[in-house]
Amino acid sequence: MSSVDADLIRQSASVLAAAISEGEVSSLEVTKAHLARIAEVDERVHAFLQVTSEAALAAAELVDEKRRSGAKLGALAGVPIAVKDVLTMRGVPTTCGSKILEGWRPPYDSTVVARLRAADMVILGKTNMDEFAMGSSTEHSAYGPTHNPWDLTRIPGGSGGGSAASLAAFEAPLAIGTDTGGSIRQPAALTGTVGVKPTYGGVSRYGLVALASSLDQAGPCARSVLDAALLHSVIAGHDPRDSTSINAPVPDVVAAANRGDVRGLRIGLVKELGGAGYQVGVLQRFNEAVELLQGLGAEVVEVSCPNFEYALGAYYLILPAEASSNLARFDGMRYGLRAGDDGSNSVEQVMSISREAGFGAEVKRRIMLGTYALSSGYYDAYYGQAQKVRTLITRDFNAAFDKADVLISPTAPTTAFKIGEKVDDPLAMYLNDIATIPVNLAGNCAMSLPVGLAPADGLPVGLQIMAPPMADDRLYLVGSALESALTDKWGHLLIEEVPSL
Amino acid sequence: MSTNHETVPFEEAMTRYEPIIGLEVHVELGTNSKMFCSCSTTFGAAPNTQVCPVCLGLPGSMPVLNRVAVESTIRIGLALNCDIATWCRFARKNYFYPDMPKDYQVSQYDEPLCTNGWLDVTVATDEGPQVVRVEIERVHMEEDTGKLTHAGGATGRIHGADYSLVDYNRAGIPLIEIVTKTVIGTGSLAPAVARAYVTELRDVMRALGVSDVRMEEGSLRCDANLSINKPGEGWGTRSETKNVNSLRSVERAVHSEIERQAAVLDSGGRVIQETRHFQEDTGRSISGRSKEQAEDYRYFPEPDLVPIAPSLAWVEELRATLPEVPSVKRARLQETWGINEFELATLVNAGAVELVEASIAEGVDPAAARKWWTGELLRVANERGVELSELPVTVGQIARVEALIADGSLNDKLARQVFEGVLAGEGDVDLVIAQRGLAVVSDDGALLAAIDEALVAEPDVAEKIKSGKIQAAGAIVGAVMKTTKGQADAAKVRALLLERLGVSE
Ligand SMILES: [Zn+2]
Repeated sequence: MSSVDADLIRQSASVLAAAISEGEVSSLEVTKAHLARIAEVDERVHAFLQVTSEAALAAAELVDEKRRSGAKLGALAGVPIAVKDVLTMRGVPTTCGSKILEGWRPPYDSTVVARLRAADMVILGKTNMDEFAMGSSTEHSAYGPTHNPWDLTRIPGGSGGGSAASLAAFEAPLAIGTDTGGSIRQPAALTGTVGVKPTYGGVSRYGLVALASSLDQAGPCARSVLDAALLHSVIAGHDPRDSTSINAPVPDVVAAANRGDVRGLRIGLVKELGGAGYQVGVLQRFNEAVELLQGLGAEVVEVSCPNFEYALGAYYLILPAEASSNLARFDGMRYGLRAGDDGSNSVEQVMSISREAGFGAEVKRRIMLGTYALSSGYYDAYYGQAQKVRTLITRDFNAAFDKADVLISPTAPTTAFKIGEKVDDPLAMYLNDIATIPVNLAGNCAMSLPVGLAPADGLPVGLQIMAPPMADDRLYLVGSALESALTDKWGHLLIEEVPSL
Repeated sequence: MSTNHETVPFEEAMTRYEPIIGLEVHVELGTNSKMFCSCSTTFGAAPNTQVCPVCLGLPGSMPVLNRVAVESTIRIGLALNCDIATWCRFARKNYFYPDMPKDYQVSQYDEPLCTNGWLDVTVATDEGPQVVRVEIERVHMEEDTGKLTHAGGATGRIHGADYSLVDYNRAGIPLIEIVTKTVIGTGSLAPAVARAYVTELRDVMRALGVSDVRMEEGSLRCDANLSINKPGEGWGTRSETKNVNSLRSVERAVHSEIERQAAVLDSGGRVIQETRHFQEDTGRSISGRSKEQAEDYRYFPEPDLVPIAPSLAWVEELRATLPEVPSVKRARLQETWGINEFELATLVNAGAVELVEASIAEGVDPAAARKWWTGELLRVANERGVELSELPVTVGQIARVEALIADGSLNDKLARQVFEGVLAGEGDVDLVIAQRGLAVVSDDGALLAAIDEALVAEPDVAEKIKSGKIQAAGAIVGAVMKTTKGQADAAKVRALLLERLGVSE
């Protein structure tokens, strides 16, 4: 790899966009540099399930042509991006990390992909994920795990480990993730990158293969707060094809990221998110960040959200219940894997054999949990109760937001663990999302950004900022201020410290 | 599968048992697009040509509710005297079947849009017409499934078929399910009440213009629930008869199920809770799926849709658009048009009521309007296999033709030819008349010449008439009509002829 390429892949998206727009570098050069990087390192990282090189090069040339013709370009025109393999992209295999969808080429673009294209962004390919986004390590991908660029023997978090790892490995400057219980934020924390779960309904779910419809939300993954904001504003906004999409102006996240100011802001420390169960090094870096925020002029208050205790339990009823229904359509009848169709089996048997063959263990576990939770006679005790807990959690948030403008917590209780360490212990795996799940249940928004390396293992630690629904701009206001202060302290972004692969 | 052919004759069964009926009617709404996507709903298109990612349930696709479907459902609810929910949701009904693209059906479960209504129906009894109030439990919305065709195999059902084909054109078409409360105390009128209810419901749907309600195309489907019990004893176990595809079948299905259940109970057996399939040819039903082990549909609120919360103002706005209740309207029309029940039924069945009304509003005589719409025009519509209202003829054209008949420019035969031309797309009434040269021959000279010619050709007839046998005049009039190609006024020809021969009537 030439030094020019090496330089290009380490640039932020905003810098690349400016350089492309000024004609200092072409989108084609930028795209080629990233494709070369993918070719160089992805065998070891395995961030990508599909690299769409030809389409990417063609898209890049088109942007360059457009620029030469003097057409007005968007804020991220010509910048490459990786897309989690749970969003449909016309004609490109979309697997959701599952064998059951192997070979399926959707005939339509998801709204997120359509908006990336409309913004003249260059899609490099589809990133690895836990099967149907069920997992916190990307080990549940049917196509093998993704490795954390900070330490290739460790997991990058999940389910969006591929998108986060692609950023930390400098294979892409931006990525799209989806977050049902922390699948954008936890991988961001574990890879030293920035990830945002927008307000539920802030980004269209049309074309996002549903895990749990009432919790899923696509969002931006980046290496800096400003880059995340630029991507956020490209993908957010009302979509008539998603009935749950919010028909209101998108908060000005870019302005907030550019401003980055916490003076006079009340920042709430959530008492229930921290302490026992959290790694010492995680808490240490978190506490330092809190002090830093105070030093920047924020007023730090403690808030209590007593019902967060029940969040994990409620989540593991609601998610499997919705998933059991959402995943019913994968029955081998219309697309994807069909097994057992040898003429001796009935249609029900073929459906059953196909599902047995196509789904992994974690997916089956959650489908069974969800089927049980929705069964007549159990519905009220499980799904019904879980919905009540959800209401209580929303009330906790409302009360907390009366006292504070934003809330903060560590994003994940630990740094990245070893591949294989927790794969056979579902409960230990589920605990990874203990701090991120409440936001999905309540439907508000949150960001994770890096606040340092844990002293004991030298691995990234993430801090989570939570804001009320449709106050996504506050995430960027606080995140950007904190990021600047940390950059001043370190002399660079944390990601610069990632070992070279 | 066992088919029990033993029955107790209806009249005898009714001496020992009381029937309880419940009817579930599915109506396909006539919206232009499907329930949750913009695909067309036109019937009869080539398989799988009216589909998209949404109605195919492709991964990632999401439903968007058709506002017109909600509007139609509210109007149906109002016409059936229901309460309209101020807030309700869709639910997912989960079960695996290849005609369902998502393996769940978006439906309404415990939060229907309309509840607690009623519909009065009239049945004929020995003591004259009797009004029965059928109470409505709920009216809710759901999406239709695809259509399966099973090839090979003996039963025509999925089990044992060599292969099955699925057409998803129907998947996602808006369906309304109207469920009655149990109808008790109708005794031997039960089959007639069932039929009258479905008939009345069909007329209400037609009047509302929300569906074409064609049972033969499946846009109105009826499932009949029935149980019987001895007077004073608790309710019996009910069966659900499906595949009831005509109004006549509704009556027959209830009738035959009473006979069957009576035989089961008489022989000391017990009625099984099951789905039965009505057989049009035998008028009886065969046993289908047992419902003893109720399937668990794992309903839960559909998270991809937002709740429906119709405002009071919107509901009132829709209430203002309700047409006259069909039964009330029928009574009024019978009165003002001076026709009997049978004549009215003919108009209703032909779908001609509104057309006749409109024609009369254009100044056409009521009798003439009925004559055209249920005569010549209905014949053409049947021939073409279309609804009367789909014929390319307007009430204005009927009015014009009738005016021309009144002033003697056209006669009946010519008028039919005018419509023939109009229906063939030859243009408007006057253009057809001009192009086909259809005006009545009113030139006395020309008519007299034709009369003379006929008299010369038929001297015997001429003599007969002269000798006072005036009824023989018909032959000459006929000959004149023939030479003038029907374009003469027969009455006028007759008058001229008699004058010519110096005889009077
Ligand atoms: Zn469609």
